[in-house]
Amino acid sequence: MPASGRFYAEGDGFVPPSTNDFNLPPIFESIEWLTKPVLLVFLSVILVSVFFILSARKAAVVPSKLQFAGESVYAFVRNDLARDVIGHEFMRFVPYLFTLFTFVLTNNIFGIVPFLQFPAMSHVAFPYVLAIFTFCVFHYVGIRKKGLGKYLKEIAFMPGVPKPVYILLTPIEIATFFLVRPLTLSLRLFANMFAGHLLLLVFIMGGDYMLRDEHLIMKLFSPFSFTFGIALTFFEFMVQCLQAYIFTLLTALYIAGALADEH
Amino acid sequence: MRSINLLAGGEELNPLVPHTAELIVGAIAFTLLFLVLRKAVVPKFEKAFTERTQAIEGGIERAEKAQLEAQRALVQYNEQLSSAQGEAAKLRDDARIQGAAILEELRAKAQEEAARITAAAHASIEAERQQAITSLRNEVGALAVELASKIVGEALEDQARQSRIVDRFIEDLEKSQKN
Repeated sequence: MPASGRFYAEGDGFVPPSTNDFNLPPIFESIEWLTKPVLLVFLSVILVSVFFILSARKAAVVPSKLQFAGESVYAFVRNDLARDVIGHEFMRFVPYLFTLFTFVLTNNIFGIVPFLQFPAMSHVAFPYVLAIFTFCVFHYVGIRKKGLGKYLKEIAFMPGVPKPVYILLTPIEIATFFLVRPLTLSLRLFANMFAGHLLLLVFIMGGDYMLRDEHLIMKLFSPFSFTFGIALTFFEFMVQCLQAYIFTLLTALYIAGALADEH
Repeated sequence: MRSINLLAGGEELNPLVPHTAELIVGAIAFTLLFLVLRKAVVPKFEKAFTERTQAIEGGIERAEKAQLEAQRALVQYNEQLSSAQGEAAKLRDDARIQGAAILEELRAKAQEEAARITAAAHASIEAERQQAITSLRNEVGALAVELASKIVGEALEDQARQSRIVDRFIEDLEKSQKN
């Protein structure tokens, strides 16, 4: 019996998918760390690298279709995210932002690619790592630009504010820069991918459960569940692209903020 | 599925707690991708962008230069055309003046020639007249003498006297003619 058999093994009620459905077993019993999300992350690295290397290989003035496709993604990150947000120093950060966008996007889209069907970013470790990188990058950039003392002073004591306001503002600003930003950045991505995948699981497993039920009425309603699951898949695609965009955009904004003379 | 459930001891795992292995894998994977894209992709795309910009700018520049060149050539042609037209007008005027001069010269020459011919004719006529007068005078003299001698019956032997008489006669004749 396939995995779906568990619904019957558990008794006669529908067991909704839970957080445990995200804890996939190791692919080989002996290598405990090599799980599906780990494999998917490596796969994304290979796919993105191969695609863009092939696309950029010729770097022709008149691009081929493949080069045009790769260039479009690159130009989007370079011009619409990096240049428009960061300003004249943007070129230094293009490789980082470009990697961030393509990496997150690919791993998100894995959530709806047939047979892969698992968004690696629903494992909180990956968003954490990315948020830590972004955290390090924008603080490093700010310290390099202004010096540690001035940078911290600007964060803690925002210029142009009446002195008594600092009692309220300073703790908020410090928390924002060192806690809220990395946490929201990672949790936003994680929660979106997690919830999206859970939602798809509910409708597709629910449809599956209803189709296997002995009552005819349940079988008749099963297609509705599947249809909704398919509609949600399209919705998920939108969310996946949007989250990759937001993560990259916020990173660019944080870098721009660290570089700005006064914020 | 069930095996992991058993592994997890049946209780739900906190999804906010990261797996250490995944943290490491994520960091390595991301760094790897970053290095690859920075080394092999970004410079290539930037190169293509720069070359494209240059190609477009070069094209525009070339077109501007060509237009400038064309304009200069047009101005030059117009200048040449107007100067040629002026020159042609001048040549035409010159030719007209020259033609008129030639005509005038020819006319003068013809008049001169005509005058010359007329004068020559006059001279020859005068000469012939003189000759005719002279011969006529001699002949008439001789005839008149002969006639007179015949009439008078005496020969006038003295030649000098003869011619004096003839001259006087003719003078009288001319006088009577004038009157």
